[in-house]
Amino acid sequence: MTISTKLLGMASAGVLLAGQLALVPVASAAGPSMIEEGMKLAFTRKKGNCLACHAIAGGQAAGNIAPPLGAMQSRFKSKAELKAQIADATVKNPETSMPPFGRHKILSDAEINKVVEFVWSL
Amino acid sequence: MKHLLKKIAMLAVVGGIAASAQASPEADREAFQNFYKNRFTSVAKEEYVNGIYAIDPVGRENWEAIEEFPPYEPFIDEGQAMWEKPFANGKTYKDCFADGPAIAGIYPLWDKKNGMVVTLALALNKCREANGEKPLKYKKGPINDILSYIAYESRGQKTNVIIPKDDPRALAAYEKGKKFYYTRRGQLNFSCANCHLQNAGMNIRADTLSPALGHTTHFPVYRSKWGTVGTLHRRVTGCNKQVRAKPFKAQGEQYRNLEYFLTYMSNGLELNGPGARK
Repeated sequence: MTISTKLLGMASAGVLLAGQLALVPVASAAGPSMIEEGMKLAFTRKKGNCLACHAIAGGQAAGNIAPPLGAMQSRFKSKAELKAQIADATVKNPETSMPPFGRHKILSDAEINKVVEFVWSL
Repeated sequence: MKHLLKKIAMLAVVGGIAASAQASPEADREAFQNFYKNRFTSVAKEEYVNGIYAIDPVGRENWEAIEEFPPYEPFIDEGQAMWEKPFANGKTYKDCFADGPAIAGIYPLWDKKNGMVVTLALALNKCREANGEKPLKYKKGPINDILSYIAYESRGQKTNVIIPKDDPRALAAYEKGKKFYYTRRGQLNFSCANCHLQNAGMNIRADTLSPALGHTTHFPVYRSKWGTVGTLHRRVTGCNKQVRAKPFKAQGEQYRNLEYFLTYMSNGLELNGPGARK
């Protein structure tokens, strides 16, 4: 292998890695602390405030504008798909009331990843 | 730069809508009122003047108890004193509003001469300034006293906003208000309609979202959360802040046009201000 192909190989590996980072939002092995942190973000009014609209087990005084969150792994094919929905629900449904948490930077990418872990666990 | 681009995009949208064929305000109003009729089949049209209490039986019980000793009463009395007290030049509000104090029913109105929507609050301040008095602040404070008194004296009048056909600018102002109502804004990306049309009657956390029909009939409102009476524009400011949008100026063009549209939607409903809300 020449140096240039080696570099090319490294570069494409880098692209692949970057691509994976972008597509696969979260480490596959999320510890309980990640889920817990996600729950905190989801329940906090000034953060995710998911309870404003969604009933979630363990959450108090939930709204009923949107469907209860449960059996998420049967509703979304992957964490990536779930993340996309949280990041900008208007992509799938322009009439949705759900705030675009990613697009409008309501939560940071790292925060959304935690919320995804939590919601995926429901 | 991004902000500017957004503005340009918004202007383009507004311009596009204004230029395209549009339903008449009367057709809008009918569709608006029918929407609620179909959603809340057991609620009579006259009930919508009671806002959220038209559709929330539990909240209604508390509200009815509050209405037995209305918290806005002292503000009505203060307002009456204001109405009767001569300005420094010896004139009174009556000199500006010959039909007063029961004049809420004619506002908001289209002022052809100045090419703008005039709300009752704005008209009151114009009167003050014409008589050498300082204008009142538009969200908090004494403006709510005089508005409470006029609202109380105007109870029973019917909402009857007129969009004069002989001035296309009036229809344009209405269309701007309508556009405002349906435009998503703020970091949370909500339009007024998202909550009060699309999701009226649903719960956001433990609060039920009120129907937009009737929203304008009972202002100014004593709000327990405020501990005092506040104007419609103060309330709208709060709504904008809640969705993390930058509020516009009270009595600025945006909110006046919004009031023009929103009040028109309630045409035919009785005025019953001042109101009491939690």
